[in-house]
Amino acid sequence: MSGALQTIGLSKRFGGLTATDDVSFTLGHGARHALIGPNGAGKTTFINLLTGVLSANEGTILLEGEDVTRMPQQQRARRGLGRTFQINQLFGAMTPVESVGLAVSERMGGGGQFWRRLGKRTDIVDEIVELLRQFRLIEVMDEPTARLPYGKQRLLEIAVALASQPRVLLLDEPAAGVPEAERGELLDTLAALPRDVSILLIEHDMDLVFSFADRISVLVNGALFAEGTPEVMRNDPRVQDVYLGSDNHV
Amino acid sequence: MTDQSIFLSASKPRHDSDAATRRALDDLRRVGRLRPAELLFWGAALASFLVLPGSHLLLSQTAILGLFALSLDLIIGYAGIVSLGHGAFFGLGAYTAGIVSVRLTEEPLSGLVLGGLVAALAGALTGPLLTMRATDLSRLMVTLGIATLLHEGANQLTWLTGGADGLSGVTVAPILGLFEFDLIGTTGYGYCLIVSFVLFLAARRVVTSPYGLSLRAIRDNALRARAMGIPVAARLVGIYAFSAFIAGVAGALLTQVTMFTSLDVLGFERSADVLLVLVLGGVGYLYGGLIGAVLFTVLQDRLATLSPQYWQFWIGLILVVIVLIGRDRLAAVPVRLRAGLSGRKAAAGEGEA
Repeated sequence: MSGALQTIGLSKRFGGLTATDDVSFTLGHGARHALIGPNGAGKTTFINLLTGVLSANEGTILLEGEDVTRMPQQQRARRGLGRTFQINQLFGAMTPVESVGLAVSERMGGGGQFWRRLGKRTDIVDEIVELLRQFRLIEVMDEPTARLPYGKQRLLEIAVALASQPRVLLLDEPAAGVPEAERGELLDTLAALPRDVSILLIEHDMDLVFSFADRISVLVNGALFAEGTPEVMRNDPRVQDVYLGSDNHV
Repeated sequence: MTDQSIFLSASKPRHDSDAATRRALDDLRRVGRLRPAELLFWGAALASFLVLPGSHLLLSQTAILGLFALSLDLIIGYAGIVSLGHGAFFGLGAYTAGIVSVRLTEEPLSGLVLGGLVAALAGALTGPLLTMRATDLSRLMVTLGIATLLHEGANQLTWLTGGADGLSGVTVAPILGLFEFDLIGTTGYGYCLIVSFVLFLAARRVVTSPYGLSLRAIRDNALRARAMGIPVAARLVGIYAFSAFIAGVAGALLTQVTMFTSLDVLGFERSADVLLVLVLGGVGYLYGGLIGAVLFTVLQDRLATLSPQYWQFWIGLILVVIVLIGRDRLAAVPVRLRAGLSGRKAAAGEGEA
C-alpha cells in the first residue's frame, strides 16, 4: 500500500550538508498530515524534492504509485501534485480572476489555445467565481495581485493551487506572516479544503498544526525523527525536547 | 409568507452570483477590448497613405521597421525573452524572399509567406537554446551569436546570396496580378500597411488568448507557472517562432519593396536599432514597436536636418533619458504641468475675485 504520495530512502546533499537524509515517508489518501521541525530541519528542501524544483541524489518518489523521481515539475503538477509556497509566488501584474482562470484552463488542457478569446468559456468563468467565493476573494477579484493585502495574497496562493484540482496538495507554511486580523479567514478556508485531497502541511504555528492535522511527522537535521497522531506527538518527550519544548512551557 | 421567504433566500445569492460572474467576465475580456486610441492609430496610418503620397518610400521603411519591432515586442514584452540578434530572422526573411524571386517565382505573396516560414523554422529550432539557460545574459549572447553565424554564412554562400555584393536581380510581379510596384512607392506602402495590419491583428489575437495569458504568467513568475503544470519551455519556443515569422515577413517586405537585399539585413546594427525602436515606443503593449518606428523615423529626419553629422548623438541621449527617467514619469510631466497651470489659474481667479 503506497498511499497518495510516498518517498523511499530519499536523500539530498548540498556539498557536505545532508539536507534530506534517507527519508521514507507516506502520505495517506485523504490525509491531513503535518510536517514539523526546527528551523533548518530541511522541510522546504523536502517539499522542493517532492515537487521537482530540486532533484534527489538518492531514493524514489511515488505519486499515486507512479515513479515521478526524475519527472520535471510541470509533469508532476499535471499528474495531480499541487503546492503553495512559503513566500508568495504569484503573478503580480495579473488579477485573481486571471490567475485562477489560467490554472483552471491549464487543467482543462486549454492553456495552449492561441486563437480563442479570453472570457468565452462560461464553464471556466463559473468555476473561477466559485473558487474566488470559496476563498473570499470576490471583492478584490479584478485588482492587480501585487496590490492585494497580504492575507488575501496568501488566500490566492491556495486558491491558485486548488484550481488545478490536485490529488495531493503541499502547503508550505500557509499562515506565515499573515496578520492576526486576517488569520481567522485563512484558517477557515484551510479547514474547508475538500476531503478527497490528500494534504501535507508544513507549519511552525503549533495551534494550526494541532487543529488541522490528524497525523504529524517530525523532521530533524533532514531525517525523519518521529511520527504519530497529534496526541502521541504532543506527549512524546523526545519531540518536546527537540521541537516543542520551548513553545509548550505554558 | 413562507413562499416569500423562500423566494427571497433563493433570489438574493442568484443575483450576487450574476454580478460576480459579470465582473469576472469583464476582467477576463479587459485586455482584448478595443480602445478608441487604437482606431485613432490605424486611422492615422490610413490617412498617411492618402495625404502623404510624396513620402510613401519613407513610410514603407517606417512600416517595415514598425512590424519588425512589433515582432520583438512579442518576445520581450510578452514573454520576457531579451534578444540582441532578432535581425537574424529579419535577414532570413529578406534573403528568402530575394532568392525565391530570383530562382522560383516573382509572385510576391509566395516570397512573403516563405520568408516568414523559413524564419519561423529557424526560430523553432533555435528557441530551445534560450530555454536551457534562462538568464538574460545567456539569452543576449546566444541570440547575438546566432545572428553573427548567419551573417557570416550569408557572406560565404556567395553562389546563393551574392555575398558582399548583395543579391541583385530581384524582380517582383504585380500583387495578385493587379497592383504593379511603382517608383514612388505607393503600391509598396499600401502592401506594407495591409500586411502589417493583418499581422498586428494576428499578434493581438494571440496575446489576448489563454496562451497569451500563460506567457504573461511565465514572464511574471516562471516558478509558479511550472508548479501550475504549464510547459514553460514549449510555450516560450512557440512565441519565439511566431515572433520570428513576423520578423521574417518584415524582412521579406523590405526585399520586395526595394527589389534588393544585402548583408546589412543580417547586421548587428539592425538588431540593435530594432531594440532601440522598441524601447523608444515602449515594451509590452503591442503598439510600442509601431509608435517607436514612427518616432525613430521622425527623429532621424529632424535631427539629421538640425545636425547632419551628430544626429546619432541626440538619439543616444534621448534613449538614455527615456530608460533612466522612465516612460511613465515622462508621460506624467504634461499632465502635471496642466494640473499646475490650471491650479495657478484657479488661484489667480480667486485672487481677482
